[in-house]
Amino acid sequence: MKNDFRSRNHPAYWAFIVHRLSGVLLALFLPLHFWALGQALQGAAALDGFLRWTEQPLVKFAETGLVLLLAAHMAGGLRLLALEFLEWREWQKTLLAIAAGVSLVAGLAFLLNLV
Amino acid sequence: MENLKVRIWRGAEEGGFQEFEVPRQESQTVLDVVTYVQRKCDPTLAYRFACRVGVCGSCAMTVNGQSRWTCRTHVSKVAADNRLEIAPLRNLPVVKDLVTDMREFFDKWARARGRFTGSKTRKDEFERVSPESKERKRVDAGIECIGCGVCYSACDVVTWNKDYLGPAALNRAWTLVNDVRDTARAERLAAVAGDAGCHACHTHLNCTERCPKGLSPTAGIAGLKRAVLAATLSGEI
Repeated sequence: MKNDFRSRNHPAYWAFIVHRLSGVLLALFLPLHFWALGQALQGAAALDGFLRWTEQPLVKFAETGLVLLLAAHMAGGLRLLALEFLEWREWQKTLLAIAAGVSLVAGLAFLLNLV
Repeated sequence: MENLKVRIWRGAEEGGFQEFEVPRQESQTVLDVVTYVQRKCDPTLAYRFACRVGVCGSCAMTVNGQSRWTCRTHVSKVAADNRLEIAPLRNLPVVKDLVTDMREFFDKWARARGRFTGSKTRKDEFERVSPESKERKRVDAGIECIGCGVCYSACDVVTWNKDYLGPAALNRAWTLVNDVRDTARAERLAAVAGDAGCHACHTHLNCTERCPKGLSPTAGIAGLKRAVLAATLSGEI
C-alpha cells in the first residue's frame, strides 16, 4: 500500500513541493525569456516594442509571481545546501521558516517597487 | 464516553477495511484498541506487538494515514471525531491484516553493512571513547533506533525505488561510520554510495517527521553523503 497526502502533510514536504514546482515553472518560463532576449537580434525597435508591452500593469503583476518563484527556488536551494552540508538537527524548521520568509520579502519588495 | 468507530484493514495486499465499534477509555492507546478488537470482536485479526512500552518496535502501523508506533500513540492524540483508520505499514508486503513482512527492511540493514566490525578481542583493554567527542555525539544522535520501520513506511523514495536502502539502514550505517572502533568504514561507505544508497534521499524529511524516537535519519543520510564525498576525493573508496 502507498502513502497518501495525510502522511505527507508536514512543512518539510510542502517545502519540497514548492521547490519542485517553482523549478518546473521557471524551466517553462526560460524559453520565453530567451525569446524575449532574442528580440534584440531583430534590432533595437523590436526589443523596445516588447519591453513597452511588459510595462502593462498586468504583466508587471505577473512578474511579481516570477520574482516570487525565483526567490522561493533560491531560498529553498540554499536551505537544502545547508541541510546537506552543515551539521544540523533541531533547527531545520527554523531554516524552512527563514527560506519562506526570504521568498515572501523578495516578492513583496518587488511588488512595492511597482506601486 | 462515545464509542470509537474503528476501520481496520483486513486481508493482504488485496483486501478492504472492516468497521468495528470500540468503547472509548481514558488513556487508551491505539494498540489497546487493536487488542480490544482482536479479543472481543474478531479473534482472527492478525497484528504484532510485544513490549507495549515503546522499546521493541514491533507494533508500528498506519494510523489515520500516518505511520506510528501504536503502543505509545494515545487515541486522544489521533482520533479526530472518534474515528480511527488502522492499516499495516506502507512500503512492505502485507502478510495478513496488520502484519507486514519485515524481511526486506532488515535485509537492507545488512546490505548497508549495519553490523559492527571490530579488531579487538575480549582479551584487549576497553576502547576509551570520550562522550564529548564529535564522533560519539553523532552516534548518540542516531543510536536509539528501535527498528520499528515507521521511517521506512513513511519514505517516498522507498516507494519510488524498491532497492533504496531506506532511512533506518542508512541511519545505522551512519552510527557505525562514526564508531571509532569499527574497521569496515571504507566498505560501509562503498555499500551506501550507490544509486540505492544515501544519494537517493530527496530530503523530504518524512522519516524525521515520523520517527517515534525523535531521531533524524535525514541528518545521518546527509552525513553519509558528505563522508562518501570526502572518501571519494581522498581515494579511500
